[in-house]
Amino acid sequence: MIVFDQVQKSYPIKGQAVPALHATSMTIQTGEIFGIVGHSGAGKSTLVRLINLLEPPTAGRILIDDENITGYSPAELRAFRRKVGMIFQHFNLLSSKTVADNIAFPMKLAGIYSAKEIRERVEELLQRVSLADQATKYPSQLSGGQKQRVGVARALACRPTILLCDEATSALDPQTTQSVLRLLADINKELGLTIVLITHEMDVVRRVCDRVAVMDAGEVVEMGAVSDVFLHPKHPTTRDFVFESEHIDHDDMQRDLEHAKGRILRLTFRGESTYTPLLGSVARESGVDFSILSGRIDHIKDTPYGQLTLSLVGGDLDIAMSALTAADVHVEVLR
Amino acid sequence: MEGLMEGVLSNVDWPEIGLASWDTLVMVGLSLLFSVVIGLPVGVLLFLFGKRQLLEQPVAYAVLSFVVNVLRSVPFIILLIVMIPFTVMLIGTSLGVAGAIPPLVAGGAPFFARLVETSLREVDRGIIEATQAMGANVRQIVFGALLPEAMPGLIAGITVTAITLVSYAAMSGVIGGGGLGDLAIRFGYQRFQTDVMVITVALLVIFVQVLQMVGDRLVLHFSRK
Repeated sequence: MIVFDQVQKSYPIKGQAVPALHATSMTIQTGEIFGIVGHSGAGKSTLVRLINLLEPPTAGRILIDDENITGYSPAELRAFRRKVGMIFQHFNLLSSKTVADNIAFPMKLAGIYSAKEIRERVEELLQRVSLADQATKYPSQLSGGQKQRVGVARALACRPTILLCDEATSALDPQTTQSVLRLLADINKELGLTIVLITHEMDVVRRVCDRVAVMDAGEVVEMGAVSDVFLHPKHPTTRDFVFESEHIDHDDMQRDLEHAKGRILRLTFRGESTYTPLLGSVARESGVDFSILSGRIDHIKDTPYGQLTLSLVGGDLDIAMSALTAADVHVEVLR
Repeated sequence: MEGLMEGVLSNVDWPEIGLASWDTLVMVGLSLLFSVVIGLPVGVLLFLFGKRQLLEQPVAYAVLSFVVNVLRSVPFIILLIVMIPFTVMLIGTSLGVAGAIPPLVAGGAPFFARLVETSLREVDRGIIEATQAMGANVRQIVFGALLPEAMPGLIAGITVTAITLVSYAAMSGVIGGGGLGDLAIRFGYQRFQTDVMVITVALLVIFVQVLQMVGDRLVLHFSRK
């Protein structure tokens, strides 16, 4: 469990303390994938670097499994860092070392593993990230996705309990992003590893995260389960992120709504109800006619969801509303 | 062939040339060795003490940087003369091959130190950060990540330093330093033996070409980018 207790970070710029992170308190549970989303400069890089103290906080305490890491001596801090893996946007592999040597590097630095242990662990990790045949290559000979998989293997070498991902997929194409995210989700499940992932793409959060914190100007403005934050965003920044990820243009949508007749509802289906053939039967029972203004069916992590914006004309609207609510559909009246 | 040699290169004393070439080789080799041994740690410290670096130490950086700049700003021909008392104190003479080495190192080490600092700065900061995140201490970061990553740049720096030392070594002939430069000055310049001058210059050119070629090969060998 990672606990932030009134953690604050500011940088001295020309003698003045410029805040990068305002006092923040939050808890990241053991074994969850926690997303931190925000625009560049929102403070998410700072936040993730506070967890392994690459950036020391200006004020506040950071507790990891009930230990105050801000009080560590340099030697304790180095030992602690071995238990926190980290992967980076630009991979940060050593170009002078082979794939196998890159993965072995943190174990060699630790100085507590025998050559045999290192060799076996590297072999095992190469298998895990499907790079067994690339062991003797140099990073420059690999594709972006392969480089990031080496990064993941290297981060896992010393069997960490926490994995920090700093925009780990931002330099990758959509297909490679997908495969790296799947790898992260798999190791989270297999190893029970806590993953803290920062990104500027809501889509990444939607695919793998359990909970998410949205950051804006050095502050966490919204936090909660991904499905809640994603389907019912409250803060304007969160809404921007969600719209962006769904490729919805806010102005276009407003114009569409103006053209539509009758009541406008937004229905949100989650889980099994996503696949229930509900709309037809509700229309028949209530005599309401509907047209679909916009809609989307997708997954949040492993849970399917659907979100439809409908305009309804005629019939008995109350019957329609109660039938929908009874079927576990979240109904919002937009107009 | 024999006749030609007699006629055109009549002043050239080949055994003397051989000896002088060997002396130049020894001067460059030894001074390069000491320049690297001294310049490498100084360069690493310059890097580490620098702004926003691992061991940021503005005062230590300023002092070290000042000393390096002073040595680098004195023209080598002046440095040769200024160093004489110090050289005598250090090895008993300021003449010959041995006498040339202290001023050569005084010229070469700070030069190389700056090149080391520059090539370490070229290493991606992300790599330092990643190594830090693995729990490495400063020594491990330097030896495990920085120096291996900067290897091609360091080798290129050694090559440039070696070539600079070839010309410095030739200059040391002015104060009786021995080697090809000494020969060129004593015979080629002071006795107007143009043929000796031509031969020594040709040998120096060949020497530099070979150094550059070997250096380039090594850089290529260590480059993984």
